[in-house]
Amino acid sequence: MAFLNFRRRPDNALESGGRKKYAAAAEEVSCPNCHRTYKRAELALAARCCPNCGHHFSMTARERVDLICDKASFAPLFETLVSADPLDFPYYQDKLAKARAASGENEAVICGTASIGGADCALFIMEGKFMMGSMSAAVGERLTRLFEYATAHRLPVVGYTVSGGARMQEGLYSLMQMAKVSGAVARHSAAGLFYLPILTSPTTGGVTASFAMEGDIILAEPGAIVGFAGARVIEQTTRKSLPKGFQTAEFLLAHGFVDAIVPRAEQRITLARLLSLHAERTHS
Amino acid sequence: MKTIALDHVKIARDSKRPTSLDYIHAIFPDFFELHGDRLYADDAAIVGGVATLAGQPVTIIGIEKGKSIKERNRRNFGAPHPEGYRKALRLMRQADKFHRPIITFIDTSGAYCGIGAEERGQGEAIAQNLVEMMGLSVPIIAILIGEGGSGGALALGVANRVWMLEHAIYSVISPEGCASILWKDAAKANVAADSLKLTAADALSHGFIDKIIPEKDLGSRVFYKDLEKLLRQELVQLAAVDDPAAARYARFRAFGRDAIKEQV
Repeated sequence: MAFLNFRRRPDNALESGGRKKYAAAAEEVSCPNCHRTYKRAELALAARCCPNCGHHFSMTARERVDLICDKASFAPLFETLVSADPLDFPYYQDKLAKARAASGENEAVICGTASIGGADCALFIMEGKFMMGSMSAAVGERLTRLFEYATAHRLPVVGYTVSGGARMQEGLYSLMQMAKVSGAVARHSAAGLFYLPILTSPTTGGVTASFAMEGDIILAEPGAIVGFAGARVIEQTTRKSLPKGFQTAEFLLAHGFVDAIVPRAEQRITLARLLSLHAERTHS
Repeated sequence: MKTIALDHVKIARDSKRPTSLDYIHAIFPDFFELHGDRLYADDAAIVGGVATLAGQPVTIIGIEKGKSIKERNRRNFGAPHPEGYRKALRLMRQADKFHRPIITFIDTSGAYCGIGAEERGQGEAIAQNLVEMMGLSVPIIAILIGEGGSGGALALGVANRVWMLEHAIYSVISPEGCASILWKDAAKANVAADSLKLTAADALSHGFIDKIIPEKDLGSRVFYKDLEKLLRQELVQLAAVDDPAAARYARFRAFGRDAIKEQV
């Protein structure tokens, strides 16, 4: 019945059949906010922000390094520390293997030193593709060492958060990282040094309830979901429908819990500016 | 199938167990309760105040579940709002100023998950407690008397000494929550409870706590008398610690050393 096909001319490659459709779908991304469709390469050029409505797509830790750090300035630290599955938790090893394959990282955070607009800093960036950026003992240890390193070398810390919270497969080992990292943040702060977290979507649970909220200045990406409890859990607990925009970066700004919302395109220059404002000065 | 861990969970949640105020009234007859966070409200899920122990002034903070249905409702079943944690922080800063040791009683299924709690920064409130507790110059003893539910429990648990009642639990997530997230089946809570290693014996063997309080005479005069004695002895020992904040940092800094490895 091929002769009938002239009636149904496909509007775009996605609607046509066969191999072409498959190839096109792999090349194209549709915006969950405004539903426009873009080529993957086009989105990458726009720092993974929708060129039409500005929606911020998720980004890998390495993409963020390229976005904000001065060229080739990122020098990784502590990248060999990984989880030892302390509780021998069912299927955890499989999940770790899958997370490594999916993310190309060996844990849910990368740490290092870098310069941003000429300002040196210690930097951590969480990786959402690694078990939802959940906090394991290895994540906690890397972050603690980074804050200790920054304190010893008198460096500010810049950190991108994205996390589902604690990693339950590590039980109390995971929970205790909240206190451990907070202790290292406290010492860094007591040394008069600057800590600047940037909250990205989603930042929840034990990460929100610890180092994400402990910055001197706290920034967030537009539309990022940030909260302590998950929205679904709150709905189930309270049996109330949630207000519009609940737990978004804009909601946090309105309630006084973040200092500013900074779109991706302005992050590099904003970080550089804030770092230079907090550069150490020798008193005359 | 053994469900020993889940049995502990059920006992830890038993509404007939003594609550924080039972301990406080039995051990500290001169307890004077202090209210409010000076910012927004007084959260009845957390009680705090001043008292003496063998003549020494101390600050007491406890998460209180309540007894009767009415009281349990008023106290939100021991699920604190941000203002509860902020009240606790205010009283801990006060203790620091007046060089009073701090004793906390922990019993919560977790920090409250609600719209108001999020609007007023539940995450920020807990985070602030973790940071500031690390820096307090006075010794802190925390006792988990029932449920130790995740960050909401840890927010009063950054202590120099952490004890647990024999049947208390301490966990990063409830076994039901864990089972429904991992296996989409809350009925597998028994497997989750075993896997999470949430009993007092587990916490002791992994080094997260220092002591298990036996429950043989739970709630009796003898029980409270023994606990009072333990607290008195511990405060004497902690008074000899030069820098309680540094000791506390070292304690928590070590958590996780046996949970990581160098990738080969």
